[in-house]
Amino acid sequence: MSFEWFVALRYLRDAKGQSALILAAVSIGVSVVVFLSALISGLQVSLIDKTLGSQAHITLRVPREAPRALVEPTSQLAVARNIQISAQRLRSIDQWPIALAEAERMPGVSAASASVMGPGFAVRGEAKAPIVVLGVDPARFLSIVDVSKKTNAGRFDVAGGNVVVGGVLALDLGVVVGDKLRITTSEGIADTVAIAGIFRLGNRALDQTWLIMSLRYAQSLFALPGGVTTIELKVRDVFEAERIGSALQDRTGLKAESWMAKNAELLAGLSAQNSSKWLIQFFVVLAVALGIASVLIVSVVQKSREIGILRAVGTSPRRVQNVFLIQGGVLGLCGSLLGSLLGALLAKLFENLARDPSGAARFPIELGPWLFLAASALATGVGLLSAVIPARRAARLDPALAIRNG
Amino acid sequence: MADPVLSLIGAVKEYGERVKTRALAGVDLTLLRGEFVALIGPSGSGKSTLHNLIGLLDRPSAGRVILGGTNTTNLDERALTALRARMLGFVFQFHHLLPAFSAVENVMLPEWGDTGRASKELRARAEDILRAVGLADRMSYRSTELSGGQQQRVAVARALVRRPALVLADEPTGNLDTVSAKDVFDLMRRFNRESGTTFLIVTHDNRIAAQCDRVIEVVDGRVVSDRLNEPQLG
Repeated sequence: MSFEWFVALRYLRDAKGQSALILAAVSIGVSVVVFLSALISGLQVSLIDKTLGSQAHITLRVPREAPRALVEPTSQLAVARNIQISAQRLRSIDQWPIALAEAERMPGVSAASASVMGPGFAVRGEAKAPIVVLGVDPARFLSIVDVSKKTNAGRFDVAGGNVVVGGVLALDLGVVVGDKLRITTSEGIADTVAIAGIFRLGNRALDQTWLIMSLRYAQSLFALPGGVTTIELKVRDVFEAERIGSALQDRTGLKAESWMAKNAELLAGLSAQNSSKWLIQFFVVLAVALGIASVLIVSVVQKSREIGILRAVGTSPRRVQNVFLIQGGVLGLCGSLLGSLLGALLAKLFENLARDPSGAARFPIELGPWLFLAASALATGVGLLSAVIPARRAARLDPALAIRNG
Repeated sequence: MADPVLSLIGAVKEYGERVKTRALAGVDLTLLRGEFVALIGPSGSGKSTLHNLIGLLDRPSAGRVILGGTNTTNLDERALTALRARMLGFVFQFHHLLPAFSAVENVMLPEWGDTGRASKELRARAEDILRAVGLADRMSYRSTELSGGQQQRVAVARALVRRPALVLADEPTGNLDTVSAKDVFDLMRRFNRESGTTFLIVTHDNRIAAQCDRVIEVVDGRVVSDRLNEPQLG
């Protein structure tokens, strides 16, 4: 074993009480960091999962129709005009297969689906309800929103005249799997569909309005033969959605809307949560750093005479400095390992204690190896940094003075 | 004539920034290989300052310190530390063993701290020297578990483990009872005779000084006498 490691470990072992106290302080600090990170990350992942579980990351649509003036003013002709905003009608994306292929080629996009989406009415006996008709290619659509997993009655089958409907809509209309339903689209085309499945996405607005059918069927009900109204995309990194959406908007000329734009309030909340997390962690880490530094400074003062002896008998200032740096690093590393364990235990305990009636964790915990690695690297780094001042102080001690005044 | 181990040429040491206090006022001194020398003088005479200059623990304000043929004037801290580790051994009044280490680890410290590695050969050498000072059964004891005399014997072993050219002993018996003091003195004398190591013993004790080969007396920062004693029968 090298001299520096031997002396550092011996000093730590010799000052058992002091080492145990600072180790406890570092461990508690790291456990707070781990626990807080696991809890807030878990909550954020859960929130994002719930939000994105029922919507595409990016939606491409035809831009709104802008009103066109009949007469333009010129240098000779002044025109007083009243421009009316155009009423929007359901339009197909021009050459949508090219736009779909373009979107699929875009780096970061993991799935794409073209669909027809339009308003309508569903009628069953006396009950009437406004609906959103969604015509999809099942294989593609399910890779964007996996409705089949959330179909809790019947099955996801949109072949022929079959449809699947949201659970709240089914309740409102009083229908079950196998029932027939009369629907009329905004184009005034009506037909009767058979309910093959009922789903619950957990989003009330969607569960109350969505009626999903095949793409071809929807095209005929909205008089859009061969057309689609939206292209929905899924991306690998959800926080890249805005950037990818902007790039696609530039390339295709379509209007791109990311989940981030649709859920700006959620993002603002997450961002505020992150800021609070960083702030708390910063102060915890600062407290840990000050703890290690103060213990090592006390140790340098206590051991001044010994350091003087080491220097006098031939130990270089660098080796003396290394002894204290190693102590800081070892305290940080051991504290981080203990703290990670403690934090993980606390987080799991908290997750198991707080459960909702369905048994699902009220506070889901996100514990990944990266969290332990980051916490360990952080605490070891902080330990080393905290030891710099005491270590330099030790290295600069004048051996003659230290021996005399010790 | 034996080789000089150490030479001080016009060594001056002053302390203070505005008001200068002169602790040494131009000392010329040479110690030869194998000498057993006492450095005496009243308190405040400059003995400790001289000890620190010779031990390369401090630098002279003027003059030169030549150790083992190396002029130390322009050496940086790292070079001074290396030279000190190679050429000098220290025995302090209060032994100054490191309490966290065993006797044998304390003896290994000078070479271990210098090279960074503890070889088997070093451990064997440390154990040999502890046996030689009569502590064969105390090697794994910590300093707090040893008597004052035993602690000082470990300190002597530590000073000698690298076979230095010069051992500086600052009041090595000042804190010991008569029997232990005689033991430690005899030990140093024996090593001086067996290995030819030069010893410079800083002392207030005239009885100790009387048993050395040569006595240098310092008063008010000057060497006022430098005389040889009658040869001791060993």
